Amino acid sequence: MAILGSMVRKESLQIWRDKRTLLIVLVMPLVLMLLFGFAISMEVNNVRVAAVVPQHSDQTRNALMRLQVNPYFTFEGLMPVGDIDKVLRSGRADAVVLLDDRGGTLRQQIIADGSNTATAKSVTAYVEGALAESGRNMPVTLRTLYNPQLKSSYNFVPGILGMIFILICAIMTSVSIVGEKERGTMDLLLVSPVRPLTVIIGKLVPYFLLSCILLALMLTLSYTVLGIPFGNIFNIILVSLVYIVLALAVGLLISTMVRTQLAALIASAMIFMIPVIMLSGMIFPIDNMPDILQWLSCVVPARWYISAMRCLMIQQQALSGVWLEMTVLVGMTLVILVLAVRKFYLSTK
Amino acid sequence: MAKNSILGALLRKEILMLKRNPFIPRVIVMLPIMVMLVIPLVANLDVKHVGVDVVDNDRSQLSRRIAADIDASEYLTVTGHYNTYDEALRSLERGKSDVILTIPPHYERDMESGRFPKIDLAANGVNATKGALGANYTIASVAATLRLTAAMSPGPLTSAAAEADSNPVSVMYMYNPTLNFRNFMVPALMVMLVIMICGFLPTLNLVSEKEKGTIEAMNVTPVGRMTFVMSKLIPYWVIGLLVVSIAILIGWLVYGLIPVGNVLSIYLAAVLFTLVMSGLGLIIANKSATVLQSILMMFAVIVVCQLMSGLFTPISSMPEWAQLITYAVPPRYFIEIVRAVYLKGTSVSELWMQFVILAAMGGLLCATAAATYRKRS
Amino acid sequence: MSEEKVITVKGLTKRFGDFTAVDGITFDVGRGEIFGFLGANGAGKTTAMRMLCGLSRPTAGSGTVAGYDILTQPEEVKRSIGYMSQRFSLYEDLTVLENLRLFSTIYGMSKREIKERGDIVFRQLGMENMRDTLVSDIPTGWKQKLAFTVSTIHNPGVVFLDEPTGGVDPLTRRKFWELIYRESSRGMTVFVTTHYLDEAEYCNRVSIMVDGRVEALDTPRNLKEKYHAATMDQVFRTVAGAAKRGD
Repeated sequence: MAILGSMVRKESLQIWRDKRTLLIVLVMPLVLMLLFGFAISMEVNNVRVAAVVPQHSDQTRNALMRLQVNPYFTFEGLMPVGDIDKVLRSGRADAVVLLDDRGGTLRQQIIADGSNTATAKSVTAYVEGALAESGRNMPVTLRTLYNPQLKSSYNFVPGILGMIFILICAIMTSVSIVGEKERGTMDLLLVSPVRPLTVIIGKLVPYFLLSCILLALMLTLSYTVLGIPFGNIFNIILVSLVYIVLALAVGLLISTMVRTQLAALIASAMIFMIPVIMLSGMIFPIDNMPDILQWLSCVVPARWYISAMRCLMIQQQALSGVWLEMTVLVGMTLVILVLAVRKFYLSTK
Repeated sequence: MAKNSILGALLRKEILMLKRNPFIPRVIVMLPIMVMLVIPLVANLDVKHVGVDVVDNDRSQLSRRIAADIDASEYLTVTGHYNTYDEALRSLERGKSDVILTIPPHYERDMESGRFPKIDLAANGVNATKGALGANYTIASVAATLRLTAAMSPGPLTSAAAEADSNPVSVMYMYNPTLNFRNFMVPALMVMLVIMICGFLPTLNLVSEKEKGTIEAMNVTPVGRMTFVMSKLIPYWVIGLLVVSIAILIGWLVYGLIPVGNVLSIYLAAVLFTLVMSGLGLIIANKSATVLQSILMMFAVIVVCQLMSGLFTPISSMPEWAQLITYAVPPRYFIEIVRAVYLKGTSVSELWMQFVILAAMGGLLCATAAATYRKRS
Repeated sequence: MSEEKVITVKGLTKRFGDFTAVDGITFDVGRGEIFGFLGANGAGKTTAMRMLCGLSRPTAGSGTVAGYDILTQPEEVKRSIGYMSQRFSLYEDLTVLENLRLFSTIYGMSKREIKERGDIVFRQLGMENMRDTLVSDIPTGWKQKLAFTVSTIHNPGVVFLDEPTGGVDPLTRRKFWELIYRESSRGMTVFVTTHYLDEAEYCNRVSIMVDGRVEALDTPRNLKEKYHAATMDQVFRTVAGAAKRGD
């Protein structure tokens, strides 16, 4: 126990002394969190719309009025038909509305800039809504569950958590262990009477503690600044801790497979970061992917963690609501941990 | 003349070392191929598979038709019929559906008597875009069903339904008529590739010369600062153009995407942008002592570049202050150029502003890279 | 030994924050001299040498190398010197010939000169069959000889060698010193730091640095007399024994 204590102390000191790296490790997640919470969003707040009206009438004037008074629109003015392409191509407007009353009934056409594919549909939906008669009878009443203001951050924040822990735990741990291998200090530890398991735990505990600090920071930030709703906080922490251990195990596994710090970085970046960003459902919905990639996404731990976090935080479900995710995460943790420790033991022989 | 031959010798050295590196030539070829082939399949924000759970309390001809029409519409699928809203909610919580449609009792009868009852629609807002658009599609489908029913059976229903949609709106998307998400992503991925390759490689190159100590051997020779920095920049210029060419080729062969505008304007922008990224990489290398530090820094820069440039999410959706930051993020301009040229065929003269800013940033960053490179400590 | 001074140093000092690595050293080196620069680890040898080569800016003091001021004309100094560091300073993933070509071009030699010089050098070193071998694939001893040759390819007035013979056997070291003698006999000044005290015996004059100061400077014979020692090893122990820092 005393040996373990001194190992942990040594490792913590090393982390503490590398101020520049520590700063990056603590600040980067918070910046990412704020960026995703506030800046990164799919919401359409401001539609720049121009109009083409060949002949004015009460109906067209009414329609124009509705566009002009709508707070979500910036009205870019009237223009001749021939200019539609020019205005959209130069990016001065997102959509042009063509109002033609000449046939007796009002013909309304929305010509939208499809090159902004991510928002084009939302833009036209807004314009359609604004053009509709104000006294129109909607056949339905609409309620939005969990996220009535339709904030993108509700969707992104669990994703950020999933990414940060892989980044910090996996990359930092693997680089640190491989660094000791490169410098030869790992051999020094291994020829000493310290048991290899103690060496591993001594390496992992400080990073575990660092991740716990990060978890606390990020949860506080998302609750206070971003206003993300929380379900049961204990469930959230429980699942996060499992995920942190999983990420540490991944880092340990990488460190047993490579020989240089650079290789460790590249392995963690290529094998883990890119799949985490692309395949975890963090930004891109999994059910939009081709089947084969959907299957592949099942082996990405972040997929399960992010899904569990969305259920626990935003939908405020009980722990029983995420039993599948939880089982998968615990299973993965055990498998990777056993694999990593075994490989570590083999590499010491 | 003498300077030129020194630069030539340094460049020859860089190219030989690149070629002999076991890893870099593969990255330069494999990364674009992987990124261009896989990411467009994944990076898809289309809302095309909306699951609708139906709680039909009416069980009339009309309510069944509404459900059937929803199932038949392009983006909607009826994922289940439930007896109560609570059962449907549980299915939504498990992520099996996105929208719950509850048809009240006596819906058809009330409709015919002109009372215009309302259907209750609950959308999952966790993914805001999907929730909102999914609800929109469902409303449109219901409205269409009501309109059609009204047209076939004259009566009180007619007036109500007619009111529901008196002036149909037609929608047309220019430049990307089918709103194919790939047409949107593929040009942006070129930008991402240049960011990754021309940002990371020069940084790694210079920092590893530092760690190996060969940089000392260079510093003790009369090689000029500018000459040395140029020898580190020029190879990545060429590599950047190579990567862009591979990407354009894949875009054409695999996705059938050819720039509507002039392909040369993409190359011009790529030349400027490569300069920006590799200049940035060299500055980071000059300022960091170890490979780990430089990579963490570069990683932070690249994440900001990807998130704040409009690559995945539109800049116009950002709050005011974030939009101001994006003006300082170089890839923003490159992405604007590439997307506009690819999809809209915008000309260089219409994009002169973006070109000028990129050129200015490139010049500034390379000058800073040369200035921060110290031959003497 | 001619009277012409190739290196003159006066009160040269380098501080890193509170730490004074080199503390006001003063000495001269004449043309064609082999000047040994000794000291324990951390005594400040490498820092002093880096200042002379224009790699590090002195905090105080002055100095000239090959007639140029090291404070104001570092780039001119670089043109007139050769430098070989303990880390070989050759590109490992370039071949022998490619390294030679790279550095000779940097020193402004023409293609024809490079070819001629190269042929002579390879013959002298007996490395003709290694021209196209990657530097990473040749043995350490050969690497050191090659690094020395490359750093003197442009016939500089002075060459600085920072622990040139680390990690090789005595026979290989002996061969390396033959190279040094050859260049020195042609008028090149050699400034060399070393750990091996038998090598100190080969030098014309030796200085011993302790805690950033030059504590002793004379010919090996005079030093041995002064400290009543039989070998340079004993001299070194006496002088450097009082050191407060180092490991």
